[in-house]
Amino acid sequence: MSGELVLSLSHVYSGYSGGGGLFGRRQRQEVLHDVTFDVRQGEILGLVGESGTGKSTLARTILGMVKPGQGTVTNYTKRPQMIFQDPYSSLNPFYSVEWTLEEPLRVYGKYGKAERKRRVREMLERVELPEECLGAKPSELSGGQRQRVSIAAALIRRPKFLIADEPVSALDVTIQAQILDLLRSLRRELDLSYLFISHDLNVVYQLCDRVLVMKDGRIVEQGTVEEIFSHPKEDYTKQLLAAAE
Amino acid sequence: MKRGNGFLAAGLALTGLLAALVLLGFFWTPCDPSAMAAGPKFAPPSLAHWMGTDNFGRDIFSRVLQGAGATASIALATLAIGAVGGCLAGALTGYFGGPVDEVLMRLNDALTAFPSILLALVVISLLGPGKKSNVILALGLVFIPSFARVSRTAFTSLRDVNYIQSARLMGAPGGRILALHMLPNTLAVLLPALTIGFNNAVLAEASMSFLGIGVTPPDASLGYMLSEAQGMLFAAPWYAAGTGLAIVLMVFSVGLLGEGLRRRDKGVL
Repeated sequence: MSGELVLSLSHVYSGYSGGGGLFGRRQRQEVLHDVTFDVRQGEILGLVGESGTGKSTLARTILGMVKPGQGTVTNYTKRPQMIFQDPYSSLNPFYSVEWTLEEPLRVYGKYGKAERKRRVREMLERVELPEECLGAKPSELSGGQRQRVSIAAALIRRPKFLIADEPVSALDVTIQAQILDLLRSLRRELDLSYLFISHDLNVVYQLCDRVLVMKDGRIVEQGTVEEIFSHPKEDYTKQLLAAAE
Repeated sequence: MKRGNGFLAAGLALTGLLAALVLLGFFWTPCDPSAMAAGPKFAPPSLAHWMGTDNFGRDIFSRVLQGAGATASIALATLAIGAVGGCLAGALTGYFGGPVDEVLMRLNDALTAFPSILLALVVISLLGPGKKSNVILALGLVFIPSFARVSRTAFTSLRDVNYIQSARLMGAPGGRILALHMLPNTLAVLLPALTIGFNNAVLAEASMSFLGIGVTPPDASLGYMLSEAQGMLFAAPWYAAGTGLAIVLMVFSVGLLGEGLRRRDKGVL
């Protein structure tokens, strides 16, 4: 295994506190149990498992939106970003594409207006969108275009690590293939690493280098794509593979 | 989503017309509204006095114009306090949640349990009656809870939406997320609430002045005039009719506007 560490999780338990109200005691429900894995520079790590196994909780824990109950999450890169499954709720409907792409740079505050515009156009080109899109509202774009805008917005400040939570599940097959191609070429060009969450094993097989198999909040098996797909050890992994054929 | 919509067009036209009239009333009225004997006493509506005259021979139309100005400005000022205060409270509690949210909302529930006029009465009696600024302050405070509730719901529903999560991930500070990323997407809910709030404020001011705890002479609001008109309901029914018509028109046109806004933005949130 080469490359520097991008992310490292060690015996992480994470979940949500719920109920209780103002005076009652809060109950903590752990969703993730003893999760340990690393992501290295340049790799695409797939995370597969049925819905409800805690894949999204894992993503939110990595990004600090959920505090882990136990264990440590270490991000070695600055401001990892995330792209979401639903391309309809991932862009602010009130603003144009240009505003959305420029916003992370405005928040960063280190670039002048001209530099921001230049970077927006450069990123737009990288995600292969025409310049006419800049003036469009999200409602005027197709699902695939929106997902490209989401990717551009997530990458415009050049993070090194991106979490993609089912980024192509809501798209039809030809668009899926285009977005996967885009993710692949962006990884090369921008030296990115991904945690790619999916329930679609075919997509994971096409894109990922390594795979984590998750069940009921635990990592039951991890290995390279060849290991997992050709020689699965766990019964659960075999079941998943059988179901995907 | 922005197709033509009759309610919005009619509401805009009527509200615009009334607003123009009210503005005009600040600078010019056909007769001096407080001049006695601008015409004969108890004159019925005529070309010279569109809404007739009252017991002192004052021109009622001029008085209505002026009174509408007073009522509208009180309502707007009330709305400003209620909406700004309420939205701020609602946005902060809705977005950040936690114990502060719980406490503020239970307090809100308690306040909502009282009729707003009664609450305003209490505030007025604490502040001292008869002053326009006190009426505004009292009504404004009383209007905060309803706006807090509406805006809290709107902000809460946006809190976990993906684009707001993205905004947090990019490191945008809380204030920026609330003002730039969330507020524009709550307008579909807040704008109609503003129009309803304006109407409630008009009616609340009118009721309070009618009851004699609101605006007092020499200021004249529509509510105060209505209470005057009640005393001469048989001698000069046009006084009550003209004043009442002004209130009804004001509430109706702003109500239309609100309904138009609501229909235009339906489905955005």
